[in-house]
Amino acid sequence: MLAQQLTNGVLLGATYALFALGFTLMFGVLRVVNLTYGFYFSAGAFAALWLARQGFSVWTTLPLAALASGMLAVGLDWLLLTRLRRIQAPELSSLMVTLGGVLALYSALAAWMGPDIRRLPPGWVSADAFVVGPVRVTAAQLLIVGATAVLVAGLLAIMRGTRLGLAIRAMAEKPDAAQLMGINTGRAAATVSFLSGCLAGAGGVLIGLNFNAIQPYMGETMMLRGFVVIIVGGLGDIRGALVAGLLLGVVEVLTAGYVASGLKEAVAFLILVAVLWTKPSGLFGHAVTRRA
Amino acid sequence: MPPWLDDLLWTYQNLVYALGVNGLLALSMYVVLAIGQLSMGQAAFMGLGAYSSALMTLKLGMPFWAVLPLSMVTPVLFALAIGGPTLRLSGVYLAIATIGLGEVLRAVYLNVDMFGGALGLSGIPERAGLGLIYGALLLALVGLWLVGRSSIGRAMEAMREDEVAAQVMGVPVARYRMAALVTSAAIAGLAGALSAHVSSFIGPNEYGFEPAVTILSYVLLGGVGTPLAPVLGAWVLTLLPEVLRGFTDARGIVNGIIIVVAVLFLPNGLLAWRMRRRAA
Repeated sequence: MLAQQLTNGVLLGATYALFALGFTLMFGVLRVVNLTYGFYFSAGAFAALWLARQGFSVWTTLPLAALASGMLAVGLDWLLLTRLRRIQAPELSSLMVTLGGVLALYSALAAWMGPDIRRLPPGWVSADAFVVGPVRVTAAQLLIVGATAVLVAGLLAIMRGTRLGLAIRAMAEKPDAAQLMGINTGRAAATVSFLSGCLAGAGGVLIGLNFNAIQPYMGETMMLRGFVVIIVGGLGDIRGALVAGLLLGVVEVLTAGYVASGLKEAVAFLILVAVLWTKPSGLFGHAVTRRA
Repeated sequence: MPPWLDDLLWTYQNLVYALGVNGLLALSMYVVLAIGQLSMGQAAFMGLGAYSSALMTLKLGMPFWAVLPLSMVTPVLFALAIGGPTLRLSGVYLAIATIGLGEVLRAVYLNVDMFGGALGLSGIPERAGLGLIYGALLLALVGLWLVGRSSIGRAMEAMREDEVAAQVMGVPVARYRMAALVTSAAIAGLAGALSAHVSSFIGPNEYGFEPAVTILSYVLLGGVGTPLAPVLGAWVLTLLPEVLRGFTDARGIVNGIIIVVAVLFLPNGLLAWRMRRRAA
């Protein structure tokens, strides 16, 4: 029982980590709490739904839906945030713009698609399950954890191993200095938006697959997990987001299993508030020295 | 009261109530935005006021004169718990934590039996009336106006423009931030209690993400120069769906776009008034 719960928790946590990774990347590099992020999650899930109904397999759907979400993210970032970046507006202005933007987007998606829960075509992913000792794992869950591992490894390879990743990390460190060193910060910002959008879209497909329930506001409910993970992991901290995501998944599953399933959000939020009180810089954070 | 006015009020009763309650909510958002912080917890605080007051009335059978002031207690406690750590940090933490609060409370209302689940709580006696709602609105408006005209108002404006400079000039920034958040939570809680006791029904989705963003759009449309501007912003956005047919479906889209346009192009809101004060 416990082994099964822990396995489920880690599998769920992997998708939380994947989702929060793009969110924390956006904040770390662009210094924006971009609330449209949750919408890319919904968009990815709806793209997957449409592609699946066209008869595409999951292997083509996942990358296509992720790419579509990534391009959407670049477009919306350009529309909403370039102007504010140019005039170096305070961070709350950009937060408010994305808040307004995301309300408009969700409302439009809900008006277009209707508020009902939609399901993926039956048998789209095989219902096989594997039993290892006391633990039972479905093919869908294996797919989720495999895809998460590939995406995270890909992101780390880009960030650590390429000139583009170097440019992005330089920009996260100090945008002005990066620009003076000849880095095209506009293009680096677009790349970050694209990568984050891809991660959110992929997360949407995988969570849609896991729960098989797709509806317009799913990204909004997911944002709570995103907030918990990026604050517990430390704003902008990729490694922190991975660890905090896995932890949150385990905590949620254990709460649902041993306490009450209706309280899992409340427990997640209690963790958020507890971390804010005790160590607001997050799991691996250093003392906050950047002020004002 | 002349009969025609009586008829008019009767026909548009719900709208008239909504104008008063939304005016209060706009003021509750104004208090925080006026010092340059962003709290997205107004709808959540309103929900706490509404649920706690409804439970006091329904389950404990308490009299309304006691319920009304006590409805502000729960939201204020939540504001203290969240404001305590976040107000020491950069503004994004308060915004994130308060958005999270709204999501969590909705999940709790939905899943805990005491709060009636998805059906919400119904059969709340209609104890609040026009006089009470508009009395509270007037009181809050006059109170905030007087505070705005005083030296505290000057300090609030200074914090909004440049917090570091304000602190250097001796403004007790931390204390004012907390005072603003607590006041905001109290006003929103009162608005929640009043609205629960005129509509006789409350449900979990009335206090979710969309209402929270809508309250922000009231204030961004009006502006934060004076307390009157956000109230007028709330009235315009509450009346608009009544005047324009078909607007109701597109309300979320329009409110969202108003926020985007206001932040990008109208940083002072439509009514960019400023408070007049005598020179210090």
